[in-house]
Amino acid sequence: MGSVGAKEVPVLLSPEGLRIDGRRLDELRPIKIEAGPLHQADGSAFVEWGANKVMAAVYGPREVHPRHLQQNNKAVIQCKYNMAAFSVDERKRPGLDRRSQEISKVIAEAFESVVFAEEFPRTSIDVYIEVLQANAGTRCAGLVAASVALADAGIPMVDLLPAVAVGKVAGRIALDLKKEEDNFGEADLPMALVPQSGRLVLLQMEGHMTPEELSQSLDLGVRGCRDIYEKMKAALRARYSAPSSGGAA
Amino acid sequence: MSEGVATEILTTHILDLAADGKRLDGRGPDEYRPVSVEPGFVVTADGSALARLGDTAVLAGIKLEPGKPFPDTPNAGVLTTNAELIPLSSPVFEPGPPQPGAIEVSRVVDRAIRAAETIDLTRLVVTPGEKTWVCYVDMHVLDHGGNLIDAASLAALTALTHATVPAKRFEVGESDYPLDVQHFPVECTYVRLGDTIVVDPTFDEEGAAQGRLTVATDETGRVVAMQKGLVGAFSPDDVKEVVRRSFAHGDRLRAIARGSPA
Repeated sequence: MGSVGAKEVPVLLSPEGLRIDGRRLDELRPIKIEAGPLHQADGSAFVEWGANKVMAAVYGPREVHPRHLQQNNKAVIQCKYNMAAFSVDERKRPGLDRRSQEISKVIAEAFESVVFAEEFPRTSIDVYIEVLQANAGTRCAGLVAASVALADAGIPMVDLLPAVAVGKVAGRIALDLKKEEDNFGEADLPMALVPQSGRLVLLQMEGHMTPEELSQSLDLGVRGCRDIYEKMKAALRARYSAPSSGGAA
Repeated sequence: MSEGVATEILTTHILDLAADGKRLDGRGPDEYRPVSVEPGFVVTADGSALARLGDTAVLAGIKLEPGKPFPDTPNAGVLTTNAELIPLSSPVFEPGPPQPGAIEVSRVVDRAIRAAETIDLTRLVVTPGEKTWVCYVDMHVLDHGGNLIDAASLAALTALTHATVPAKRFEVGESDYPLDVQHFPVECTYVRLGDTIVVDPTFDEEGAAQGRLTVATDETGRVVAMQKGLVGAFSPDDVKEVVRRSFAHGDRLRAIARGSPA
């Protein structure tokens, strides 16, 4: 992801082992999750994760559009991940691009692995993820938002899906990279966990890692997911235990 | 589908209420829903604002980038307005290329901003005929509770008012500076419900409407843009009345847009 002007590699890890924002290698950025901020959607969630701002909405189960995607024995899960034009440094041209389509596909497949889709044959469960402000890790933030939105919509699922990316900072394995770290990073490994089964339903990787580093990364990522899982549950509890205020965004 | 029946019952109810000067949410015919703006909502934008009208939420983001002026206007910068009616915001929007509704929102907002000379486009030019700032106004509808035009226009104006020209980042100047906003256009939208003309329609009121009318005013007392939409008609006297009401509403909305960032 380029920005304008020459770039020098910043000091990503201090001698004390602290990252540019003062985090330790195994520390998440601050995460705030709000369940149900939108009024029109059947379920919604807003996630502020570091400097990421991501809104997700769920519609359905409802009629399938386009019709030919309809399945007689289960619901189809359609996901659209989209970045706002102003969400990144250089304006992103609105509309579909290959990166967004790939991310949409792997997120939809992750949810297909946990949603009881066979309970809603011939319907569609539509998941929309809008990245309003991006700062690395948007697919994981989007997945977390969408998962809370699905729960908010009352869609039956095996479990919530916490997600996080692990990467490498100055040669060391680090949890949840922010943009500066990601830009100069040597590896990126986003994952989504089914906490109940301990299995991963989204896993991608790009960069260089030894098998030992990969193994360390997976362990670190799973621990990160378990922390995020608690925040997701807390957001849903806050939504449904307090009297609904119905505030937007 | 049962949806059609429900809508018909609701429409009749909305029209019956309007005949007595009442509305479903308890407002008077000339009353807006609660209005709020949140400037600086998105830090990756050069200016941004989240505007809310009741259940409606629109996020506008400004991006300024160096580019080329159009060949026929070498001494003017470029302003591009775009609205995304994303399917996240309403069950009625579907994925795909911009629908006529989205195009109408962008164009009506664009027209008011352009006609009011909100930004002096000549001041965006760096080198005539060669290099200018291109100002993108992107509006993202997040929650469609009706009256997207007013929410989008308020979000766009607030975002422009709080925007910065990123001259340093693009190595066009020594430092960034505030975008010069010289006029403050605001759109006010009404729908006809029988003989009553109500301001700031909700989604359901738009469904029941027998015509929609938008009037954009600026702070100097000019009308800078209008748009009649949906099926229905307005008499010239209706239009004059709506224009009169729009200045009062416009002044209040302008003050909200221009408020200093929280």
